[in-house]
Amino acid sequence: MELSKPGTYFWQGSQACAEGAIIAGCRFFAGYPITPASEISEHLAKRLPQVGGIAIQMEDEMASIGAIIGASWAGAKVMTATSGPGFSLMQEFIGYAFMTETPCVIVNAQRTGPSTGQATKCGQGDVMQSRWGTHGDYSAIVLSPNSVQEMFALTVRAFNLAEKYRTPVILLSDETITHMREQITVPLLRNVETVNRKKTRGGDKAFFGLEEVPPMPTVGEGFDVAVTGSTHDEYGIRFTADPIVHKKLVERLNSKIENHMEKILDLEDYNIEDCQIGIVSYGCTSRAIYEAVEKAESKGIKTGYIRLKTIWPFPDRIIRKLAERADKIIVPEMNLGQVFHEVERASKGMAKVVSLSKIGGGELITPEELLVEILKRR
Amino acid sequence: MAETFSIQKYLRDLKLPFCPGCGIFTVMNTFLRAVYELGYEDLSKFVFCSGIGCSSWIPSPYFVADSVHTPHGRSIPVATGVKLLRPELNVVVFGGDGDIVGIGMSHFIHAARRNLGILVIMVNNMVYGMTGGQVAPTTPFNTKTTTTPYGSFEQPLDAARLAVAAGACYSARWTTAHPDKLEESIKKAIRMKGFRFIEVVSQCPTAYGRRAGFKNAKKMLEWFKENAIPVQQTEKMSEKELERKIIIGEFVERRRRTIVENIYAIIKEAQASAGQN
Repeated sequence: MELSKPGTYFWQGSQACAEGAIIAGCRFFAGYPITPASEISEHLAKRLPQVGGIAIQMEDEMASIGAIIGASWAGAKVMTATSGPGFSLMQEFIGYAFMTETPCVIVNAQRTGPSTGQATKCGQGDVMQSRWGTHGDYSAIVLSPNSVQEMFALTVRAFNLAEKYRTPVILLSDETITHMREQITVPLLRNVETVNRKKTRGGDKAFFGLEEVPPMPTVGEGFDVAVTGSTHDEYGIRFTADPIVHKKLVERLNSKIENHMEKILDLEDYNIEDCQIGIVSYGCTSRAIYEAVEKAESKGIKTGYIRLKTIWPFPDRIIRKLAERADKIIVPEMNLGQVFHEVERASKGMAKVVSLSKIGGGELITPEELLVEILKRR
Repeated sequence: MAETFSIQKYLRDLKLPFCPGCGIFTVMNTFLRAVYELGYEDLSKFVFCSGIGCSSWIPSPYFVADSVHTPHGRSIPVATGVKLLRPELNVVVFGGDGDIVGIGMSHFIHAARRNLGILVIMVNNMVYGMTGGQVAPTTPFNTKTTTTPYGSFEQPLDAARLAVAAGACYSARWTTAHPDKLEESIKKAIRMKGFRFIEVVSQCPTAYGRRAGFKNAKKMLEWFKENAIPVQQTEKMSEKELERKIIIGEFVERRRRTIVENIYAIIKEAQASAGQN
């Protein structure tokens, strides 16, 4: 037994994430226990050694993400998994991974916050933190699964994006998607696309520049790479006061993501060209939209939706397209309104944007509640 | 040895940023001399990790080597990832007292507990030097710093003994006034396995010395010489006699199974039993 065999299983989201990581090529995982992400660590603690990989429990979340960053520079595909409080602690290293162009995957199974909040209950309050959590000017790639099957698929994709763009990628799951069990089909290995980072070969020492995504060296192979979270030039040499070096570096780091928006963006849409009511949704909350839309349509209301599989970068263009058609856009979220503000911004006043929010107790937004909001029309 | 030691061949052609009189020059020189005398022609078998602070700049980017300059206090976690993946490399952490036993103390303790096979060299200047001379967990009692203008009101930490308690295979303390002993200690530590810790009490004339009443670096080195007591002599001394003394020497030297040995044994076993299914 090595990789999980193709076939149909009844898995928890956490297991789908773990097996997806292994198939994507993850061979180093470090984590710290936290509800509701601990099962991911537990699965990988058992499974990674079987495929020759390492899983280790570190002393805290900072050490966990630090260890995976070290392992990434040592050549491995790497991941950590946590929830809100741990995600907050990881922010310093998320900025570091961005600045040093270290591929790594960070899973955040969101729970109810702020602070310890309700540890076992689902929430979606970390959307903005996943984009703006660390300090300074940066861009984030954040994926949002809404099923066990997607926990698998988007974990693989998170690795592929991290490796392709040499950047940290966040899999923003939630308690519901991570803990629930569902049917999942593991595809044939040859049908799973996996991407490996472009590695440095030969004598080129511009490990941090010249190319948009520079090839990455592995430590211990004689490249003499100087990695630093301080501002540095193409060769990794620190420049702590030079405005030009800083501007050039930070602009490249951001543009290597922003310039490839169209390739990074991933969403599911329905009827956005011809609807009166639009819905923009993501994660566990988006599981309510299908039934709500069906019921609304049976009452003769043309309804369309956009389901975000990538939340960041934010798909302004397609949201605007929806706003051009729809009179009203509903944004259901298990927070006090986060993606809502982005939809409102991207709509540029062309549609009325309504926040349908629910917090606490892990109670999901139901299709009925969504339907009530759809029927309010204006 | 026909060839004489030159620090230059291990260094990038960059101007060093350290203040005149800084103890870092001694630590840098001594470390590279030890490496040279062990027969390493270059640093290709080493990976250096360091955090934030003056002494974290020793390897980064000045050594012609792989170096990972991490956030403050986080060098040891990054070194953990590197060492577990590449056990054959010599992973060396450089850091200051603030970095290693201030903000990063829990990582330090846990790496020693795990017996992670790395060498940690802590340059203890007893102050936060880079940020301008604030009190550190290592500052002697009743010392004036920028954040203790009336004198520090906490007791300093004994990092070398903490390493012993946490499980280090090797722990030693020297000062920059004892470069020969320091060099022998570094040579020994590089050759050993397991978690190794060397604390070097070092002078910071700029941010520590001038506020603590030392006119210059030389005065600080004299202070180290006069107050350094070999650990063997301390057994007969009272707590009162040991007040404000710098205890130097080796605190432990032992063998323990390393985390790398344990993890790779588990992988072998897991792969074998998985293969049978």
